[in-house]
Amino acid sequence: MKHWLPRAYLTTVYALLYLPILVLVVFSFNSSRTGYRWGGLSLQWYESLFSNHAMVQAMWNSLWLALAAATVSTIIGALTALALHRYRFRGKRVLRGMLFVVMMSPEIVLAISLLALFLLVGLQLGFVSLLLAHVTFCLPFVVITVMARLSGFDESLPEAARDLGASDFTMTRTVLIPVIMPALLAGWLLGFTLSLDDVVVSTFVSGPSYEILPLRIYSMVRVGLKPEVNALGTLLLVFSLTMLILSQWILTRSKR
Amino acid sequence: MHRVLQQPFKTAVLLLVWGWLLLLVLTPNLLVVGASLMTRDAGSFLALPLNLDSYRRLLDPLYLEVFLHSLYMAGVTTVFCLLIGYPFAWALSRIGKQRQTLLIFLLIVPFWTNSLVRTYALKLLLATNGLINNALMGLGLIDEPLQLLYTEGAVIIGLVYLLLPFMILPLYSVFEDLRRELLMASHDLGAGKLATFMHVIVPLTLPGVLAGVMLVLLPAMGLFFVADILGGSRNLLVGNVIKNQFLDARDWPFGAAASILLTVAMAVLLFAHRLSRRRLGDEEPAT
Repeated sequence: MKHWLPRAYLTTVYALLYLPILVLVVFSFNSSRTGYRWGGLSLQWYESLFSNHAMVQAMWNSLWLALAAATVSTIIGALTALALHRYRFRGKRVLRGMLFVVMMSPEIVLAISLLALFLLVGLQLGFVSLLLAHVTFCLPFVVITVMARLSGFDESLPEAARDLGASDFTMTRTVLIPVIMPALLAGWLLGFTLSLDDVVVSTFVSGPSYEILPLRIYSMVRVGLKPEVNALGTLLLVFSLTMLILSQWILTRSKR
Repeated sequence: MHRVLQQPFKTAVLLLVWGWLLLLVLTPNLLVVGASLMTRDAGSFLALPLNLDSYRRLLDPLYLEVFLHSLYMAGVTTVFCLLIGYPFAWALSRIGKQRQTLLIFLLIVPFWTNSLVRTYALKLLLATNGLINNALMGLGLIDEPLQLLYTEGAVIIGLVYLLLPFMILPLYSVFEDLRRELLMASHDLGAGKLATFMHVIVPLTLPGVLAGVMLVLLPAMGLFFVADILGGSRNLLVGNVIKNQFLDARDWPFGAAASILLTVAMAVLLFAHRLSRRRLGDEEPAT
């Protein structure tokens, strides 16, 4: 095979994948209202974004939710990964299987099942229902991230700690937690981003009392084109990209 | 019993995890199965008696057409992702390590960014007075703008655009594991390029293909917002039907039955995936 061919192919596909994003970012600085023709550089869409009270409120709501969802799922996910790594217990395969199925199943299936549960137990749709749902779909990703870290870990350290008389809890706190710290941070960042971007599950389990950003965007983009969405989308892209770079940096740095 | 007391930490962790999964994964899914067997009720969503009416209604020509159309769009999306992704993953696995890290990073970016925003970004390109039409008219290739948006093609483009990385990543990982010695051995044994591809490369990458198909085909039927934003009212996905039944029409039994359709599809694909891996494991035990 010619050498330039694979490269040209890769470049083309990457260009197509990134073209829409590039267009979105460029147009977010476009002063023209109609959106398709270039009318000169302007920050007006960013300004109108932040002067929109409901929009700012939705941003804060989304941030709080993502913060809480990422934190709770990191705690539970890390404990789960530790249990799967260290303990023998009945139903271990079933537990792994369930986490795998949660990760693989279409979001909409998870969404309606949770909606059915929340309505059955009479939970008011709002922050709490969103939090429970977001933690559930973030959980498997945190577990995988932490498990990957634990699998490359020297088993003699926890044994030494145990031999020196440390209890399980103490050993976990002083030996294991420091080892998995980079994975915890990476898992947290991933959970935060997944929560911040989720549309499908949130559509079902949110209520009017707690409006979040993706749903607000959804209602804006269903009809027509709104230049404000270009600006908001750009901000979200920059934010997510920062989180991703941060997480990659944490993980690669810790490998050395 | 004394072991439980000896290991309070272990017990607490397992209780927490099992509790969460049983309450928020198993119970809700059982509820959906239950709901699909019940009868629609205006007041409380669900009522007795139990029956299979909702499943029968899935075969109603009106809905069957929507489901088949959705399956068709998801199928075409999967084929496109595979056709683009297979050579892509191959090429990617043959490139220098240093560059690979950067390119993989560029592939994960979409996973971390808002899919709604990216779907909307496509709209900027496809709209009647969008970038593509403007460019084509500017070049004098067309006189009238083409209807790109709100078509079946737009939905498929949107789905391929969102789901391509999910096809590429599992494929890339099987190509990474593909050992060059096997290809050389095949060559030394006199196999041509086509024979090597058919008898060595395809079977060895099959688990990656199936994993990719699973990660693309199922979401391609569920991602209702893509059809909403790019497809108009005639190009619905199974996800749109489920969403409408739950949030607008309030016909829970029917929505639940449609959702179980997706779950069954997932189960079949998971089974095929396991099977393909087990077969490989049998044929090539020492790795």
